[in-house]
Amino acid sequence: MRTDTIAAIATALSNSGIGIVRVSGKEAVNIVNQIYRDKNGHKTMSAMESHTIHYGFIVDEKGETVDEVMVSFMKGPKSFTAEDTVEINCHGGVLLLNRILELVIKSGARLAEPGEFTKRAFLNGRIDLSEAEAVMDIIHAQNELALKSSVSQLKGAVSSKIKKLREKIIYEIAFIESALDDPEHISLEEYPNHLKEVLEILLYEVNILLSTADDGKILREGICTVIVGKPNAGKSSFLNLLLGENKAIVTDIAGTTRDVLEEHIRLKGMDLNLIDTAGIRSTEDTVEKIGVEKAREYAEKADLILYVADSSVPLDENDREIIKMIASKKCIVLLNKTDLESVVTEDIIFEAFCEVLENIQEENVKKDDEVQKEDRFRELKVLKVSAKESIGIEEFEKTLQDMFFKGEISFENEVYITNLRHKEALQDTKNALLMVEKSLEDNMPEDFYSIDLMSAYASLGSIIGEEVADDLVEEIFSKFCMGK
Amino acid sequence: MLEKHEFLLDRVDVCVIGAGHAGCEAALACARLGLETVIFTVSVDSIALMPCNPNVGGSSKGHLVREVDALGGEMGKNIDKTFIQSKMLNVSKGPAVHSLRAQADKADYSRAMRKVLESQKNLTIKQAEVTELLWEENKEGKVKKIIGVKTFTGAVYKCRVVILCTGTYLRARCLCGESITYTGPNGLQAANHLTDSLKALGIEMRRFKTGTPARMDKKSLDFSKMEEQFGDEKITPFSFSTDPESIQKEQVSCYLTYTNEKTHEIIRASLDRSPIYAGIIEGTGPRYCPSIEDKVVKFADKERHQVFIEPEGIHTDEMYVGGMSSSLPEDVQLAMYRTVPGLEHCKIVRNAYAIEYDCIDARQLYPTLEFKNISGLFAAGQFNGSSGYEEAAAQGLIAGINAAMLLKGKEPLILDRSEAYIGVLIDDLVTKDNFEPYRMMTSRAEYRLLLRQDNADLRLRKKGFEVGLITKLQFDDTLAKKYLINKEIERLKSVTVGASEKYQLFLEKFGSSPLKTGSNLAELMCRPELDYEKLGEIDPDREWLPESVTSQVEIEIKYEGYIERQLRQVEQFKKMEKKRIPENIDYDDVPSLRIEARQKLKNFRPISVGQASRISGVSPADISVLLVYLEHKAY
Repeated sequence: MRTDTIAAIATALSNSGIGIVRVSGKEAVNIVNQIYRDKNGHKTMSAMESHTIHYGFIVDEKGETVDEVMVSFMKGPKSFTAEDTVEINCHGGVLLLNRILELVIKSGARLAEPGEFTKRAFLNGRIDLSEAEAVMDIIHAQNELALKSSVSQLKGAVSSKIKKLREKIIYEIAFIESALDDPEHISLEEYPNHLKEVLEILLYEVNILLSTADDGKILREGICTVIVGKPNAGKSSFLNLLLGENKAIVTDIAGTTRDVLEEHIRLKGMDLNLIDTAGIRSTEDTVEKIGVEKAREYAEKADLILYVADSSVPLDENDREIIKMIASKKCIVLLNKTDLESVVTEDIIFEAFCEVLENIQEENVKKDDEVQKEDRFRELKVLKVSAKESIGIEEFEKTLQDMFFKGEISFENEVYITNLRHKEALQDTKNALLMVEKSLEDNMPEDFYSIDLMSAYASLGSIIGEEVADDLVEEIFSKFCMGK
Repeated sequence: MLEKHEFLLDRVDVCVIGAGHAGCEAALACARLGLETVIFTVSVDSIALMPCNPNVGGSSKGHLVREVDALGGEMGKNIDKTFIQSKMLNVSKGPAVHSLRAQADKADYSRAMRKVLESQKNLTIKQAEVTELLWEENKEGKVKKIIGVKTFTGAVYKCRVVILCTGTYLRARCLCGESITYTGPNGLQAANHLTDSLKALGIEMRRFKTGTPARMDKKSLDFSKMEEQFGDEKITPFSFSTDPESIQKEQVSCYLTYTNEKTHEIIRASLDRSPIYAGIIEGTGPRYCPSIEDKVVKFADKERHQVFIEPEGIHTDEMYVGGMSSSLPEDVQLAMYRTVPGLEHCKIVRNAYAIEYDCIDARQLYPTLEFKNISGLFAAGQFNGSSGYEEAAAQGLIAGINAAMLLKGKEPLILDRSEAYIGVLIDDLVTKDNFEPYRMMTSRAEYRLLLRQDNADLRLRKKGFEVGLITKLQFDDTLAKKYLINKEIERLKSVTVGASEKYQLFLEKFGSSPLKTGSNLAELMCRPELDYEKLGEIDPDREWLPESVTSQVEIEIKYEGYIERQLRQVEQFKKMEKKRIPENIDYDDVPSLRIEARQKLKNFRPISVGQASRISGVSPADISVLLVYLEHKAY
C-alpha cells in the first residue's frame, strides 16, 4: 500500500460557492505550508494546532494570491483517513479548485487515485469493517468514471498525436533492444546521433502538448455540438455568426490536421465545442462521401445537434436522411434564411420528424409510439433564424441555456481532474526524455537510453489509457529481423 | 499379443524424465540435496545433447548461466570445461548487457555432463521411455498426488516427486520439406505415450515448433570468402568457481558470410514446398529464431542476412550454419545454401529440419514449477514452452531445488523479477500467455541494471547456500568479495582531491574539465572519460584488488544514480510481491470484483498480489479491491 501524501478535490465539482481541496499523508502540512500564507503573509501552517481552522491565502509560485481561503488541520489518527490531513476551503468553481489542487501537487503531493481517501480510511481502521463492500464499490465506480473520462474526453487530435509519439518512442527502444539482444546482427554505430535528432522532435512535440495542457485545451471540454445540414443550408454562415458574436474563440492546437472544422466558444457561460461538418447529401463523389461519413460519425457522438434547414426551399430527400440520422439525439432545428420567403414551417419540420420516427419504429420493434411521438414533439426545438440578418441568435442562446439548466444537455466535470492527470503524465514524459538527453550528453552506453525512453512511453500511455504490457517484444519482432 | 508384465523395480524420492539441460540440472540438484533420484533418458548417449546451435550463453542467456552457477547449478562449470571459443558480447555497451557466449565442443559437453551425472551420489541413470505417471486422488479429493512412473517395458518406480523435462521429444515430428519422420532431434526416438497419461491427469497440452539449420562438411567450404571471427584474447569463465587462469587456451574461429538476392529467389520460388507455408506444420514457432524462409518473407526489403559458420567441435568436421534454419526440402536446401559465398560447393552432412512437439501452457504451474493441481509433479525446460539450453537449465535447477524443498518440508525458492533473470523467466512463463517458444531477452528484465551477469554471485550465492547447493567455502568467498567492494567504495569516497596543479594536469591529460572546488575520487570516477584504472595515477594509497572486485566498485560508483532509481522501483514492486494470497482464498467471497477478473483469478490462483497484478484482464481497481479484502480478512 502506498503511503505517500495524496490530494484531491473533496467536494462535488460544480459551480457552487465553496469547494474543498483535501490533502492527506505524512507530508500534508509541509506541502500546504509552501502555498499557504496567513493574513500577515507568513508561512504559519506548521505551527497550527490540530483541529483548528485558519483564515489566509493560497499563493502561486510567484507569490501571487490565488484565492482567500480557510485552512483546517487535523492531525492523524483523528481525521477521516487517520493520517495528517489538511483541508483547504476555498471559493468554488472548477477552475479555481483545479488551480489550487495543481499547486498542492506541484508542492509534492500525488493526485489521489479513485477512491483512495476512502481506501486509506478503511485500511487505517477509520471505517468499520462491515463497510468494506461499500469501499470496494466506490473504488470501482470512481475508477470506471476516471477511466471513461480520461480517454473519452481527450481530443481526437491529441490522442492521435500521443499515439504517434508513442510509436516513435517504442520503435527507438525496440531498435536499441534488438541490437543489445542480437549484437552480431544489428549495430548501434552512430546511433546516439540519430537518437539526438529524434529526441529533439519528441521534446518539441511534448512541450507543445504541455503548453496546450496548461491552457486546458487538450480535452474535449464543453458540450460537443455538431452542426449538420444539407449543402448551402447556411451551416457555415450560422457558425460564423456565433463566432463573430463571441470574442472568446479558442483555436485548436497548432499543426494538427482536422477532417472537420472544430471551434470552441463560450456562450452565456456555457462551453460549446462546435463542429462544422460537410453538407449531407447522397452523392457518388468519393471525397464528398468520406466527408458525409465523417459527419455521421460526429453526429453519433454529439451531445447536441444543431440542424440547419433551409426554410426557403422545400424539404427534400437529403433533409429526410439527416432527420433520420439525428432523430434520436438532442437537437435544435434552426430554420435558416427566414429573411427569404419561407416554404418550410415548424409544422412541416414536426411532421418530417414524426414520419421518420414512425419509419424507424416500423423497422424496429413496435413500441407505444404515441407516447414517444409526444415526447419527441415536446423535446424538439425549432427556431427561426437568419444568419444573414443576424436574427434569432438571442433566442438560440436562451434555448441553449434552458436546456442546460434543465439538465437536458450537460458535460462532465471530471474533465478538469482528467486534465490535471494528463498534465502530470506529460510532465513525467518530458522529465524522462530529458533524462535520455542527459544520458546522451554524458556518453552513457546505449542500454541506458531505453530505461528512460520506456518510462516516457509508459507515461504517454497512461494518458490514452494504454498499458505497456508486451508492446516492446512485439515491436522488436515485427520490426527487426532477429536471431539465428 | 502378450500383455506387458508390470513390476516394481525401485522406490526412490525423485524421478526426472529427460536428461537434457533441464533434466540434468534438476536431477543433480535433487541428488546433491540428498534425495534418491533416477534420471530417465531415451538414450544415455544423448545426455545434455545440444541438438541445435553449438553455443552456450549469449545476450541474456549468459546471465542465466551465471545465475544457475551462483545457485549451485552445473551448466557454467560444464561449459568452462568444454568450450572451444569464448567471447564477451556487448562490451562497448553498459555493464548490464555484457554477456558471455562460448562455442561448445558438443560431444565434449555431453560427455562431461554425463561424467558428472555418473559420479553423483544418490543419482541413477536409466535408459527407458517413461510412458505413464502413477497418481492417486488426495484425501481432500481436489488435488491429485504423484506416486510413481511406469516405463515402456512395464517397470514401475515408486516415488514422491516427478520432474518432467521432456524437451522436444513428446510426440515429436521432424519435417524436411515433404519428408516427415516421427522422431525427436537427430533421429532420436520420440516419446509417443506420455502425452496421453498427462492428459488423463488433467494437464492441458499444446504444440510448439522450432527448427535447426544444416550441418556441413568443413572440407567442402571455402573460408577465404568469409570473415573470420575470433574469440576474446582474455577469456572470462562462466562459473564463479572456475579460476580464470586455468581456462586460457587456444581457440577455434567462427566465420561470417551472407545470403544474397539469388538465395532469396530460390527460397521464394519454393515456398509452396515449405511445410509451414503449405500449412502442414500446426505448431507455433518462435519469431526470434525464424527460419530463413520466414526471414525472406517477413523482411522482404532486406537484401541480405548474416550467416555464421560455427564448428560443432574439435573432433569433427561438421560446421553449424547459423542463421539459415529451414524446413524446405533437401534439394531446395542444397540449392539455396550453395548461393552463399563460401558455400558454393558445400556438402550437407545433416539436413536442416523443423521439429514439432507437445508442451504445456506453463500457467498451469506455480512459480515453484510445481503443477497447481497435481502435488509432487514439477516441470521444466522446453516442456514449459520455453526455448534454449540456458532457459531449460535455469528451470531445471529451480524445479529440482523446489522438489527437494517440498520433500524436506522447507520454504520453496521463488526468485522474483527484481532478483534474477531466472525470476523474470519463470514469472513470464507461469503468468503470461505465451504464443511461441519463450526466449530470454534483456529487454524482458525491468530491473536489468541490478541483474548483471557480473554480480550474479553477489545476488544469488546466499540463496544457493541456504538451499544447500553452494558450499560454506564458496559463500565465504562471496562475502569476502562483498566486503572488499564496500570497503573500496567507502575509501574512494573519502579520498579528497583539490584544485591543485597535480590534479588539474591529470584531468587535462584525459580531456576532463578542471576542478573548481574540492571533490573526491568517487566523484571523479563518475565522469565518463575517467575510470578506476586511470584514477590509479592520483591514488597512491590504493591497494591491489582482484579485477572481480574493482569492476564492481567501478560499476557501482559510475552508475550509482541509475542503480538507486531502480532500487527505489524495486522497493515499490516488492511490496506487492510480498503480499501473499492464501491458497484457500474464495474469490466468490470477494465483493465487487469484476466478473472477468474473478474468473481469471479463480482459474489462475496467483500466489501474491504482485503476480495477480500481472495477469491480463485484472485491472488496478481489481487489485485495490483485492487488497482491501485481504486486509479486511486480516490474512
